[in-house]
Amino acid sequence: MKASAFDYVRPPDLAGVLDMLRQFSGAKLIAGGQSLLPLLNLRLARPTLLIDIGRTEALRAIEDRGTHVRIGAAVTHAELEDCLIPDCPMLRTVAGGIAYRAIRNRGTVGGSLAHADPAADWPLAMAALGATVVVEGKAGHRRLPADGFMLGAFQTRLEEDELVVAVDVPKLSPDARYGYYKFCRKTGEFPEASAAAVFDPFSRTARLYLGALSGPPQPLHDLAATIARQGLAAIADVAIADAVDRVAAGDSIERRMRCAAVTRALKEVFAE
Amino acid sequence: MKHQGIGARVPRKEDARFLHGRGQYVSDIILPGQSEVAFLRSPAAHAVLRGIAKPRGLESVVFTAADLAGIQPITAQCTVPGYKVSVQDPLARGKVRYAGELIAMAVAPSRAVAEDIAEQIVLDLDELPALVDAHAARATTTRIHEEWEDNLFLILNYDNGFEEHASKASVVVEREVSMARQAMVPLEGKAIVADWDFRADQLIVYTSTQVPHVIRIGLAQSLGLEEGRIRVIAPDVGGGFGYKCVLQPEEICVAWLALTYKRPFRYVEDRREHLIAGANSRQHHYRLRAHADERGRLLALDAEVTVDGGAYSNWPFTVALEPGQATGNLPGPYDIKGYRCKTYCVATNKPGFLPYRGVARTSVCFAIELLMDAIARKVGREPWEVRRENLVTAQAMPYINVTRKHYDSGDYPKSLDTVRREIDLDLWRARQLRSEPDGRRIGIGFASYCEQSAHGTSVFAAWGLPLIPGYDQATVRLVADGSLEVRVGVHSHGQGMETTLAQIAHEVLGTDIANIRVIHGDTGMTPFSTGTYASRSIVMAGGAVAKSCEALIPRLLAIGSHLMQCASNTVQYMPGRVVGPQSSVSVREIAQAWYRQPQLLPPDVDVNGLEATIGYKPQVDTGAFSYASHAAVVAVDVDMGSVEILDYVIAEDCGRMVNPMVVDGQTMGGAAQGIGTALFEESPYDVNGQPLASTFMDYLLPGPTEVPKFRIYHTETLSPYTAFGIKGMGEGGAIAPPAVLFNAVNDALRGLNVEVSETPLTPRRLLAAIERASAQRAPASVRSARE
Repeated sequence: MKASAFDYVRPPDLAGVLDMLRQFSGAKLIAGGQSLLPLLNLRLARPTLLIDIGRTEALRAIEDRGTHVRIGAAVTHAELEDCLIPDCPMLRTVAGGIAYRAIRNRGTVGGSLAHADPAADWPLAMAALGATVVVEGKAGHRRLPADGFMLGAFQTRLEEDELVVAVDVPKLSPDARYGYYKFCRKTGEFPEASAAAVFDPFSRTARLYLGALSGPPQPLHDLAATIARQGLAAIADVAIADAVDRVAAGDSIERRMRCAAVTRALKEVFAE
Repeated sequence: MKHQGIGARVPRKEDARFLHGRGQYVSDIILPGQSEVAFLRSPAAHAVLRGIAKPRGLESVVFTAADLAGIQPITAQCTVPGYKVSVQDPLARGKVRYAGELIAMAVAPSRAVAEDIAEQIVLDLDELPALVDAHAARATTTRIHEEWEDNLFLILNYDNGFEEHASKASVVVEREVSMARQAMVPLEGKAIVADWDFRADQLIVYTSTQVPHVIRIGLAQSLGLEEGRIRVIAPDVGGGFGYKCVLQPEEICVAWLALTYKRPFRYVEDRREHLIAGANSRQHHYRLRAHADERGRLLALDAEVTVDGGAYSNWPFTVALEPGQATGNLPGPYDIKGYRCKTYCVATNKPGFLPYRGVARTSVCFAIELLMDAIARKVGREPWEVRRENLVTAQAMPYINVTRKHYDSGDYPKSLDTVRREIDLDLWRARQLRSEPDGRRIGIGFASYCEQSAHGTSVFAAWGLPLIPGYDQATVRLVADGSLEVRVGVHSHGQGMETTLAQIAHEVLGTDIANIRVIHGDTGMTPFSTGTYASRSIVMAGGAVAKSCEALIPRLLAIGSHLMQCASNTVQYMPGRVVGPQSSVSVREIAQAWYRQPQLLPPDVDVNGLEATIGYKPQVDTGAFSYASHAAVVAVDVDMGSVEILDYVIAEDCGRMVNPMVVDGQTMGGAAQGIGTALFEESPYDVNGQPLASTFMDYLLPGPTEVPKFRIYHTETLSPYTAFGIKGMGEGGAIAPPAVLFNAVNDALRGLNVEVSETPLTPRRLLAAIERASAQRAPASVRSARE
């Protein structure tokens, strides 16, 4: 279980990274490597070149940009777990629940979004937070909503020569509430079912997403809007089941788990 | 000196190197000029191997069966009537019988390059239907071994008074239970370094094994080499669990390379290889019919057992061990008068079955304990009550059970009473009446078992295996400074025997355990033993160490009395000293005399000196039976299908404990593995025999957050037959957890009429059972509306 031969470079800056990406079509970016390294060792991925962006300064910052916080793509889960960003408390909650600490020490936010595992945490959380993915490439700078950035399992809107450089997470008001629930067979595993909800009366935000599907996280907008208007108590279980059915096909067991995940995420939001 | 002998909780001597990362495993051995070996394994579960094309230009570093001239295949005989021998070539010849079977090996300076070469080998395979299900494999005309008339390794039939006792029963309870196939997943997989030693004129094989002396015999046979020209060294071994108690085809291949090329070669199994080619344990299926009275007293038991034996029988224990142990141990710790059992051991296109920690008893405990709870539900009594009334009592000991096993000693009901008290059943029963704020359902489960340990010659001889354990020897040597060397042929790989055998030597001679070195794991340095398996080592090697140390005492007394110039009948041995009427001499002074001042020795001194090799086996060699009861409380989430263990209590008795801390460690480790079997571990296959869990993404192990803090209680009922009354206990922890956890879940869900009986209890299996039960409960109109 050893990787097949590849070359490795660590360009000094982002411009160098973009150059290399442009020049070598068989190249693959590596930051934390927590998904890529197993794929290399299993020889399921056989890139000819690895471009290491794990230490690229321009991708490592967390910046307050007024209305939102910009998280560099190569910021690790552990770094988000260890710092409290006052207006984005959910980042810490989500980061601290990803896999194990050893993985969080290396895995990055940008890597998770670009790898696009449907069961991963950041695609779901960033969609629920209404975040924007910032990418750079040959065509220049693009800003893509996190909802819709993942096209399918392990597929994104990134072009061959593009990389995620940051994600912009809107700040929440002090009145905002969120819920994040995932069910994993054991600590550290990818979830069987997951859901995220963000309700902010100040910005009239009501977002509810279902994750761990066969493809990207799916929004339950209507249900979220109804809950924002009427409160959770007014929502019957069957309304949740119907909303889940509309966005995700699955057998009765998957449906049962998904409904429970949505219910529990919502209960977190509205917990006293 | 603090108490260091039998019963002392002394810290393990070996832990200093392990905890500082200074253990030396096979993978740590790097010899000059060493080449790495990568195996090409079969991608197909069942296929005719028409051809193997070596990559052009690399023919000299790729080896197939055709290159391994003179190698004998692995064939394990056994005299059980009807048993069929399988022939396993170390590298496949003509046919492959499971996905992951070795086909070719590539050699290179690094493993990565060896893998590059291996993946260029082109196979011409003609796929055959894969036999994945043991029941289907019994019915089909496709043959795994062409020369066989069916796909059965063997059928066992046992009947002792079944009809007579079944006819008295007023209650009949039927159940089917099954266990999934799984891997053993030691931290360290297989690992081999082989080299040729020109000076010793010997093949040196470093291998991660539990049984170095057995591997020497096996390699000598396979390679056609005189035994004396092979030395097998098992350095630190990162877990055995039965995976490493048999001759491995990889050992033969790597040893052949070193023998042929007279230079070092190394192979280290990776995790993916382990999960594919090591999916070799636990898979049993039971059809059970209990005949009981209205109180739930089990009068007669009828069983049909199916063991999915995989493709090949192993050497030396054979695949017959598993069905044999299943048939013989199914009645468990219970006083059952009538028993009938038919056991099929079926060949399938999977890795050959190996004896995993617990050897069949994890499965039979699961079967009988789920049945015991089902009987209790049927007769409307508490499961612990029914269980208690069926247990063999202390007064009945020694007890010959319905399969003629000789239970030597113990108080089985007391262990059950202990766990019932300590888990606080009444408290939880009261809490069950209230609903939990989080909606989960609480359940309490119990299970009891007894564990045959250190069973010896008569038991194995009855099976007619190729290698039968007899006497175990130990060599003890007092050296000139008075410290003690102890050499044993068993191997310690987690059992803590570098400490516990020193404690036994200390018990006899009084030498400080800091000055006792236990040497094991090297055929060149230790007396013969069949090795470490079947919870035998502390009884067998421990007994041999005691006997050998005892043999030194008269010699010490003779020299000591001479040094003190007093009559030999006036001296006695005290820890570390020979004491006379007026004075005493230390063992160190006696050793100085023997080694360095022999002019001081008595003229009639025992010329064997201060070294002794004595063999030992218990007077009755049918085994010392340890036993335990486990109890657990679980919370079941009926929306997600998850199970959380809230409390777990174990009351165990393994006779005299040499080191209670080591007993605790063994129990906890085993119980963690049992939780894996119960809730997580599974090696599933698709219809083509392709393994579906080849990485830890898909093969789940319990982690620190899934393993509870076990609360362990001990009693010590001595074995009447063994030195110091010690019983083996290495496997016990792994036996009961699946039974106790499933009983707890079934207790939690009895209001929903849900009964689960198939390991592992994944959320999907649990939710499917809940949905089936609710569909049955729903009135017909609702049911049709849903459908």
